[in-house]
Amino acid sequence: MSGSPTKRDGVLEAWGRVSRPAAEVLGEDIEAITEGSPLSRGLGRSYGDSALPARIGGSVSTTTLADRLIAFDPESGELHAEAGLSLREIFRIFLPRNFYVASTPGTSFVTLGGMVAADVHGKSHHSAGTIGRHVLGLKMRLADESIVWCTPQERSELFWATVGGMGLTGHILEVRMRLERLPSPWIWSRSERVPNLKVLIAKLHETAKTWPMSVAWIDTTSTGDKLGRGILDVGRWAEPGEAPSEPPRQKPRITMPDIFPRWLINPVTIRMFNFLWYWKHWQPRREGVVHPEAFFYPLDMLARWNRAYGRGGTFTQYQCVLPMGNDEAPVEFLKLLQSLGGDSFLTVVKDCGPEGQGTLSFPREGISLATDLRLGPKTQGIVDALNAFVIAEGGRIYLAKDMLTRPADYAAMDPRVEQFMNVRRRFDPELRLRSAQSVRLFGDPPEVS
Amino acid sequence: MRKVVFVGATKGMGRALSRRMAERGDRLFLLGRDSEELGKAATDLSVRGKGESVAHGALDLESPDGFDAALDAADAALGGFDTVVITAAMFATQEKLEEDADFALRLLRVNFAHTVALCENARKRLLARGGGTLCVFSSVAGDRGRKPVAIYGASKAGLSHYLESLDHKFRAQGLVTICVKPGFVKTGATAHLSPPPFAGEPEPVAEMVLRAIDRGTPLIYAPSIWRLVMLAIRHMPRAVMRKVGF
Ligand SMILES: Cc1cc2nc3c(=O)[nH]c(=O)nc-3n(C[C@H](O)[C@H](O)[C@H](O)COP(=O)(O)OP(=O)(O)OC[C@H]3O[C@@H](n4cnc5c(N)ncnc54)[C@H](O)[C@@H]3O)c2cc1C
Ligand SMILES: NC(=O)c1ccc[n+]([C@@H]2O[C@H](COP(=O)([O-])OP(=O)(O)OC[C@H]3O[C@@H](n4cnc5c(N)ncnc54)[C@H](OP(=O)(O)O)[C@@H]3O)[C@@H](O)[C@H]2O)c1
Repeated sequence: MSGSPTKRDGVLEAWGRVSRPAAEVLGEDIEAITEGSPLSRGLGRSYGDSALPARIGGSVSTTTLADRLIAFDPESGELHAEAGLSLREIFRIFLPRNFYVASTPGTSFVTLGGMVAADVHGKSHHSAGTIGRHVLGLKMRLADESIVWCTPQERSELFWATVGGMGLTGHILEVRMRLERLPSPWIWSRSERVPNLKVLIAKLHETAKTWPMSVAWIDTTSTGDKLGRGILDVGRWAEPGEAPSEPPRQKPRITMPDIFPRWLINPVTIRMFNFLWYWKHWQPRREGVVHPEAFFYPLDMLARWNRAYGRGGTFTQYQCVLPMGNDEAPVEFLKLLQSLGGDSFLTVVKDCGPEGQGTLSFPREGISLATDLRLGPKTQGIVDALNAFVIAEGGRIYLAKDMLTRPADYAAMDPRVEQFMNVRRRFDPELRLRSAQSVRLFGDPPEVS
Repeated sequence: MRKVVFVGATKGMGRALSRRMAERGDRLFLLGRDSEELGKAATDLSVRGKGESVAHGALDLESPDGFDAALDAADAALGGFDTVVITAAMFATQEKLEEDADFALRLLRVNFAHTVALCENARKRLLARGGGTLCVFSSVAGDRGRKPVAIYGASKAGLSHYLESLDHKFRAQGLVTICVKPGFVKTGATAHLSPPPFAGEPEPVAEMVLRAIDRGTPLIYAPSIWRLVMLAIRHMPRAVMRKVGF
């Protein structure tokens, strides 16, 4: 009786506010809620259709009530927990003990399962790789309903297909991962204004040698020799002598009401926002101790900021990585984006280190660019044109953000898809596990036969 | 540091509140009906806590015969508890309760008669040792007779009534009684319903309740906006209540 799953018919939304009718299955017992289910979902922070059901009204298991800790070893930093545990809880519990994940996305509102399924990367990618590098084992429910453990040693093909596999190889029930031991729970950071994208990329390469964490935010609207001017943030965990003696407290957040008109975000306000963001950093350079939440999760202070796109307003994020070697490519990319009329709030630029072992893991050595695009009649054309550019450069896009890429384009970007599909078929011959994204990109049939 | 007996720590707001207690170093003893779930909750709390491992024992709110033994076990494990928290209860929609008379009767017993019996047992123990804190979750559903919560609401109305009287009668003798009235909070119990405006999350509710326990606040609405919502609802004329659906 206890832990019996609950089903709710309703509508599920992706972070970009595209939605789809779905039957959401919720409950504390993660084995019970995933039984017979075609897809798991965490906190729904993927922008596109990866956590939406394959068919309209299809069922999806939401893991967020399954969030118990199972073990933690302060000697090795090994954490064992249920897959619905949020990164926000890990922050709250483990930062004061001087431990944290070695790789974090730009929001703490994600679950362990979602982090592994997307093989997330963050400011530390050039030094620590993706989260997959720190995962020691996954307890999974497979398509045939069996429950197994896989690790980098045991069932390693399944393990690496699951890391970055967007929920398509099985339901992640429990995660064992190593947390990084920190000198203190505070961040020492340096930020500086950078006049254009060319200089920025040179600086990213240079700072990567000495700083374990870095990221840059660029103005998408400036042109000429100011093209891609921005703010470069670099950081490291502070040494005990530099940090306040109290651990940082999680900051309260304000929830954005759903009251904004859709026209609020338009080329004029976007230009203003970009301008202000650049000049709010009024000193050319700042350095010192900052709160880890301000450093990693500046947007988390405003819960549901996706409502700024207005009632009924939807958006997507286009994120690609352009391989090492051609430092002109990001500049060309930005020019192309501007010429396509893809006005955007900030674009995030990050240098990625070597590719991880996840079969479909997104990052590879090069420059990653991520930019928000309001969904409208022109957006498909913009994404197609950006994808053509990315294919020509030998890059690829990030599935956790994607909504509009066409299957042929994705296949052209990522030859690893074949290997991924082989592993999937081996464990799930009928492709029972599927999402709206896998129907769109991998040609899965929407209806289960 | 408190020594807390906790009934309902396996799920929902009880899970969130027991976690905050363990994290700040309170000692806990969990009571409940499902020993496997209790074991998992105890492990979660032990990992969060400051070193001490959390133990648990059996208590089913449907079987009042076991209450005395359960509180004995808690007393023995904690060396005399000073705080009792009860979040456990049954919940079902009015349709379900109208259809299933047996289930309705079980719910009335668990939420009202048996919860009061458990509180009485705990009250006597606490008073015998000079006082303590009794924190029990009732509901805004008990504040006004309303169509969608006729039966569940009645069980909680009775409970709220009892808890208020306890506080009046025994506060001078050192027993602090806290009645928590949650509004709609997103937990497994309400997962099948689509959240109304002002729906809350268990974590902020847990923080509010912990503050109330420490300050001895006798009545709290959580999230606090529900105090205003219920003020308005309590003052609505009967003619209006008969028309509206909530
Ligand atoms: C503001 C913001 C900033 C972001 N910054 C970054 C960043 O810097 N780097 C980065 O890498 N990503 C970033 N992301 C993307 C985010 O990290 C990923 O989309 C992540 O997967 C979201 O986790 P979630 O729990 O919300 O999963 P959901 O969005 O609910 O699901 C994402 C995918 O994971 C699968 N999944 C979820 N749980 C399980 C499970 N238990 N078992 C199997 N599959 C599962 C789903 O099926 C789906 O395919 C950002 C997102 C936002 C909103
Ligand atoms: N959620 C809301 O919107 C809301 C609104 C108003 C009031 N409330 C009240 O707030 C309290 C907590 O609600 P919640 O939503 O957090 O509930 P929940 O998630 O459903 O948790 C209920 C808890 O009660 C335990 N329990 C149930 N029946 C029991 C029994 N017979 N014996 C022992 N333990 C039992 C459960 O243990 P198992 O693990 O054994 O199931 C579980 O730990 C309840 O009193 C509820 O009435 C809730």
